[in-house]
Order: sequence, then structure tokens, then C-alpha cells
Amino acid sequence: MSTLIKQDILVELLGNAGNGFEQVRTAGKEAFQTQGFPTNKSEEYKFTAITKKLEQNIQNFAQAGDFEVTAEQVKANVFEGYLGDVLVFANGHFHPALSSTIEGVEVALLSEKADTALGSIAKPEKDPFCALNQSAFEGGVYISVPKKAQLQKPILLLNFFKANAGQVIQPRVWIQTGDFAEVTFINHSINLSEAPYFVNKVVEIKGGLNTQIRYYKLQDEGKNAIEVSTVETDIQQDGRFSSVTVSLSGELVRNNLNLSILGSNSEGNMYGLYLLNGKSHVDNHTNVDHTVPHAESNELYKGILADSSRGVFNGKIFVRQDAQKTNAFQQNNNILLSDDAVVNTKPQLEIWADDVKCSHGCTTGQLDEEALFYLQARGIAKDQAKGLLLYAFAGEVLEHITDESFREYCTELVQKRLGSKF
Amino acid sequence: MSKDNQILEELTSKEYEHGWSVNYEADEAPVGLTEDTIRWISTKKEEPQWLLDWRLKAFKTWEAMYEPKWANVHYPKIDLQSLKYYSAPKQASKPKNLDEVDPELLDIYKRLGINLNEQKRLQGIAVDAVLDSVSVATTFKGTLSKLGIVFCSFSEAVKEHPELVKKYLGSVVPMTDNYYAALNSAVFSDGSFCYIPKGVRCPMELSTYFRINAANTGQFERTLIVAEDESYVSYLEGCTAPQRDENQLHAAVVEIYAGAHAEVKYSTVQNWFPGDKEGKGGIYNFVTKRGICAGDFSKISWTQVETGSAVTWKYPSCILKGDNSIGEFYSVAVTNNYQQADTGTKMIHIGKNTKSRIVSKGISAGKSQNSYRGQVQVMKRATNARNFSQCDSLLMGDRCGAHTFPYIDINNPTAKVEHEATTSKIGEDQLFYCNQRGIATEDAVALIVNGYAKEVLNQLPMEFAVEAQKLLALTLEGSVG
Repeated sequence: MSTLIKQDILVELLGNAGNGFEQVRTAGKEAFQTQGFPTNKSEEYKFTAITKKLEQNIQNFAQAGDFEVTAEQVKANVFEGYLGDVLVFANGHFHPALSSTIEGVEVALLSEKADTALGSIAKPEKDPFCALNQSAFEGGVYISVPKKAQLQKPILLLNFFKANAGQVIQPRVWIQTGDFAEVTFINHSINLSEAPYFVNKVVEIKGGLNTQIRYYKLQDEGKNAIEVSTVETDIQQDGRFSSVTVSLSGELVRNNLNLSILGSNSEGNMYGLYLLNGKSHVDNHTNVDHTVPHAESNELYKGILADSSRGVFNGKIFVRQDAQKTNAFQQNNNILLSDDAVVNTKPQLEIWADDVKCSHGCTTGQLDEEALFYLQARGIAKDQAKGLLLYAFAGEVLEHITDESFREYCTELVQKRLGSKF
Repeated sequence: MSKDNQILEELTSKEYEHGWSVNYEADEAPVGLTEDTIRWISTKKEEPQWLLDWRLKAFKTWEAMYEPKWANVHYPKIDLQSLKYYSAPKQASKPKNLDEVDPELLDIYKRLGINLNEQKRLQGIAVDAVLDSVSVATTFKGTLSKLGIVFCSFSEAVKEHPELVKKYLGSVVPMTDNYYAALNSAVFSDGSFCYIPKGVRCPMELSTYFRINAANTGQFERTLIVAEDESYVSYLEGCTAPQRDENQLHAAVVEIYAGAHAEVKYSTVQNWFPGDKEGKGGIYNFVTKRGICAGDFSKISWTQVETGSAVTWKYPSCILKGDNSIGEFYSVAVTNNYQQADTGTKMIHIGKNTKSRIVSKGISAGKSQNSYRGQVQVMKRATNARNFSQCDSLLMGDRCGAHTFPYIDINNPTAKVEHEATTSKIGEDQLFYCNQRGIATEDAVALIVNGYAKEVLNQLPMEFAVEAQKLLALTLEGSVG
């Protein structure tokens, strides 16, 4: 059983957590106390022994707190050719002075928006880490995109993390969009310290009627990062939500992506790429909850695993009884490059309605020998040929990123990793 | 819509045709489960001391275990202390051949459509008929024994071939495996034993027919099939039970051992009483089935047609230990009314170049829940393992559910694993196409369902395929989603 005593941690965390949201925090605390840290027996964390990892690395469990970020640091970490707006965060604390003012969009500290319905979308009782964040999140930001706002430029959420060994960072983001709004978010995190720390982030996105929301995430915080990242959104009538998650490193990374489809004629798309080496462990859990008829969801997650890395994928499509005429599609493909790499995948369908079309596919294998031979026969060196094929495999996910500079940036990172840049 | 309703009504009101029971004089164990019950069973069956010790050890293990809760099925708690663990028809002495078997018992099987006498002469299938806790009759023993094949009831095997039983019992499904396997190990009453010696190809299908007759009895049979190197056997299993208001428990264990180059084909048509249309009664079917491809180039193939039981909890599995061994799993699971099925398979790839194939077809109607739960595990040294899984679900009616829980765990980069699953209902365009060509909706559904399940039904031996097709038609004829 866990040596982490949940009560103690919470008291400590709550001791220096921000002000406000007493009720919300209490609800989070209660939800966490009921669930506790997941054990290896809990189905949702079966292949990701996060509690053990925390026990080994996170001893004092104190909040890392705010710190100073310079304009140079910000400039250095924005992608080349990026034209959109930037919001800067240090350990989850919003820094308005370094951030752009976005025309027509309200951006505020969470503490100034005490009536925000935190926890109404990312429900604390569903996941212990979500509850833990809710009980003791630090700082936080409130972003409201008004009705009919069509933002052509993306918004970059630039997160700087700096912590001592064993500290905890719990950022919280609340995004709400008015009807007919269109917005793109890019979440990028930069790690400024080498020490192992724990990031437990929750992003809640409240959709409106006929909104179009895109959420892209790049994870490359280095080999020491222990991270649980939860993104939850609801999709209303005629709404579109599309996400791309690119994971490149991490001691242990767990991504929870949950979509609730609450309005018909809507669509949810989820794409993911995990490209791992060393001892990285990335776990992608997605959950699409179809509650109404006539909606669609698509999912494509791809993984390339080298060295002794481990990829976990658990995709769940849940179709409720009323959600007739649902079309749901899910696919997970993996390529293993070494003897010690491991893949655990569980594409799961739970269907309670009859007039639906749901399917999932899942493959695990190696590179196609024949394709490799074909390229070699045309004078391309084996390593290059390999890189080329792997890049083609990964490209299918990256092409869903609409912002050009971000796509280029990701592509470059991926190509560098795969050795397919020449 | 009214036609649909009418057809659905017809379908749901379809009575279970094997729902009768016969009053015969039975020899029963006292109600409840203690060490004494186990001693009672063991004494009754005149078992050797080692088997009693084995049972008691299993009982100790079981006492420390908890009922599994992970399956996607819901049922009230089973009071294992209110069950009877042994029930046997009273017979003066053990019959030597079919002519000496109590005609009343033979009549039971005749009513089930299995005429032991007739089969003896005509069909060329050797049958071991198990009624409640004991084996009633085994046909074709003589012919088989000439080839060195042992096919008899489990208790007979314990007496006549103790060395074989001792060697293989619990070798594939250890008593510690799970709650119900441990329970079965402690209280199993009878079952079938089959041994195919090296290099022998069994000339006929071997078959066991299980029937629960007595009320408040659990049936715990144990089947052990041993196929030595280079042998072949095809094995069939069928089951029915009377219609009763209370739920009955069936917790069987099937173990298969396949030596090098051996092939075992195991087919089941499971038609336990599924409960009435209000969901009352029915069999709880909690079965552990596992085969081990111990030798190189061996093959185990499971085929199952699941139409019965109120709750099914069953995962016929293959451990592919030998290099180049093959495991197959073909399943059609039909649930209707309030039935719940959580079934699937496990393919554990240990040897090199091992292959497995999973084809699972689920059909849910009424208010039933049908889940596929499977695992494909490729171990580290299993180079060039190959798996293909396909699990499709067909939904009929808007109150039923179909669920898929596949676990795929790969530890070797040379593995090639594919999994695909679809869920849909019978297309209106398909029905329309048939209608247009003069095929009534009812027939069209039967046609489509049969076509849907064909890939699995094709794997069944001839004699079973007919029965299975009839069963499918009976359960699903005319149900339009």
C-alpha cells in the first residue's frame, strides 16, 4: 500500500495554495480523499505505476511557487515565424506583463474570477489527479473568447517550469468560448530545471454552440518530467473540437483527454503522436462520451518506441443509449524499434445504442521490410530510408496541425529524432 | 415499426425448448460447502488419498480468495453455502454398456435430441453424457481403446489411469488460477477425460454432453484433454439445463495439453437455460478454459457458439509455449432478453514464430449486454509472433449493449499484431435489398445473421454446425433492429 498518506500531502499543499475557491477546493479535497492515489490494481492506471514513481521522486510534496521569467526567455522559446499571441506562465502563475493583449479576448487571473465554475467540466470525482489539482491548484488563468469571435491567430500558452527536486506544480486553465467562436490554442512547456518534479495540470474547456476549438500540445520537458495532464472539454451543438498531442520525452507522462459530446451534429477529433526513447513512459488515455444522437468522433494515435521506452494507449468510446446515429472511429498504430520497448494498448468500445457505426483498429509491428528494401534499392542508405519511413508514419498525425509555424517546429523535432532530416 | 415490434415480441417470447426436468431418484450431497462436503464427495467417488489432498488444498486456497468483480456483468451475490455440490442419478451398479444404462436416463438424452443408442450405431461420434454431477454413459469405448485412446468419465480415469491424471491435472489451470477454478478444483464431481497417444489421429469426433437436472445444484465438471506428440483430436461439448426460477451455478474447468505437432480442436455449443424474458432464473456460467501448446508446431483451436446462460464469464485461452505453435479462437456469442455475456480469449505468445487468430462475433438483442474481453500478450522472447484479432458486434434493439475490452501487450519488436473491431446494426439497405428480391424481412435477418456468423460456424464440425445454425435461427429469427 502507498506510503504517501493522502491526508498529510493535502494539508501541506493547501497550506500554501492560492486564495479563493474555498468550496471548489473543498470539493476537490473530498473527491481526492475518497479516491486516494491509484494503486497498481486500479484499471485506469494499470500500466502506469505513477504512485510508485511519486513515492520515489516526490518526497516533500510542496508547491514550487511563482518565479521570474525574462522577456529573453520568452523570445527564445517562441517558434520561429510564429505570428500569433503568447500567454506566459511560470509554474502555473500567469504573467500578464510578458503576455500579449489579445483583442476581444478576456484573459485574467483565476483568482479574480471567483465565480468560475471550476470542476464542472473536469469533474474531480472521475480522476484522483484531477481532484488533487482542484484541491490545491496554484495561480491559474481564465480565458474567455466572446461570441462570434473568429480568431485567425493562434494563442500560445507558454509554460515555464522551474522547481527543486520533489516539488509539485499544479497549473489550472479555464477556457470558455461563446457561440460561433473559433480559436486555436498551442500549449508548450519549457523545463528550466533538471531536478525531478511533478506537474499535475488541468485544462477545462467550455464550448459553445457551433464553436470551433483546436488544442495542440507539445510535450518535451526532458527525461525527468513526471507529469499528469488532463484536458477536458464539452462539445455543444454543431461544435467542432480538434486536438493534437505530441509527446517526445518524459520520465512518466500521463495524458488524459476527455470529450463529452453534449450537442448533436458535432464532431470531436483527437490525434496523438508519441515518439519515445531512453526510459520514457507515455500513457495516453482518451475518453469520448457520446450522449446525444448524430455526432461523430475520430481518433488516431501513433507511437514509435525506441530503447526501453514504454507506450500506453487506452482509448474509450462510450456511446450512451440516446446517442443513436453515432459514428465513432478509433485507431492506434505502434512501431517498436528495439527489443526492450513495450506497448500496452487497449482500444475500448462501450456501446449502449443500436443504430451506430463504431469501429476501432490497432496494430503493432515493425517497419515494412519490403518498403525498406525498395528505398535501399534506389540508393537510399538504410538509416535514411528507415527515417524516411518513420517520418511518413508520424506525418499522418502532424498534418492535422493547422498552424504552420508550430507544425514546422514539431516536424523539425520529429525529423531530428528520427534521423530523417537530410 | 409495428411489424418490428411484433417480430421482436415473437422473438422475446420464444420459450427455451430444453426447459423441462425429469424426476429421477438422485443421490445428493448435503447442502453447503465445508471440508466435510469435499470428503463426502471424495468418499462417494472412491477416490485415492492424493486426489482428496489435492481437493482440500484447493479448498484452502479458495477460502482465501475473493469473487472477481472486474467483469462487465451484474448479478446478485451467489450464496455458495446454499448449494448442493453433488447430485447423481441412483443406479444399482455401474453399467458396462449402454444396454444396462437406466432407460429413464437415456430417455433424457433422447429428448435432448441426443440418442446415445442411435449415435452408437450411426453417426460415428463417441459421446460421454454427463448428468448433473456424474457421467452417465460413454459410447464407442471399445473402438477407441483399440487405438490406445482413452475416452471416459473423469472418475473412471482417476481409477484406471491415475498416473495420467496425476501428471496433467492442474498443469494448465492451476488451482490457484482464479476464484471459480479453485472452487472447481475443490468440489469437481465428474467430467470427461481424453488421452490421445503419440502419433494417433482420433478417427471420430469425441463429444461430451452436459445436463443439469437437479434443482439448487451447482455443476462443477472438469475436462482434461491430453494430446501427445503428433496426435489429433476434435472434441465437442454441448450443454442444456431445465427451466427453473432460481439461478444455478456452473463452474467448469477445461484443460488441454498439446504436445509437439499435436492438434486439438475444441468446439462448444453452449445452450444453458438463459432465464425467462423477465430475466428470472438461468444459469451462471463461470468457466475457466485453457489450453497449452506445449510442444513445437502444436495447435489448439477453440470454437464456441454461446447462446445460453443468464451470465457468462468465459475466456478460452491458449498458451503458445512451443515454437511455431498456433492458437485459434472463433466465437459467436448471442445474448437476448436480460442475458449478460463477458467472453473472449487470451493468447499468450511465449515461443518463437507463434501465431494466433481471434474471430469474435457478438450479437446482442433485447436488453442484453454482450462484452468481448481479450488479451494478446507477446512475451519478450517470442520473436516473430503474429496475431490477428477481429471482433464484431451486431446490435438489435435499442436497449442492448455491446462492449469491447481488448488488451494488447507487446514486449517484442518483431511482433505483428492487428486488432480491429466494429459495431453496427443490420443495415436498412441490406434488408431493403433482400425485401426487394422477395425475401421476407424475417428470412433476410436470418440470412444476414448467418452470413455474419459464417466465418465462425464454418469452423464447427458438421454435426455441430447444423445444431448451431438452428440455434441461431431460433434465437434471432426475424429480430429487426
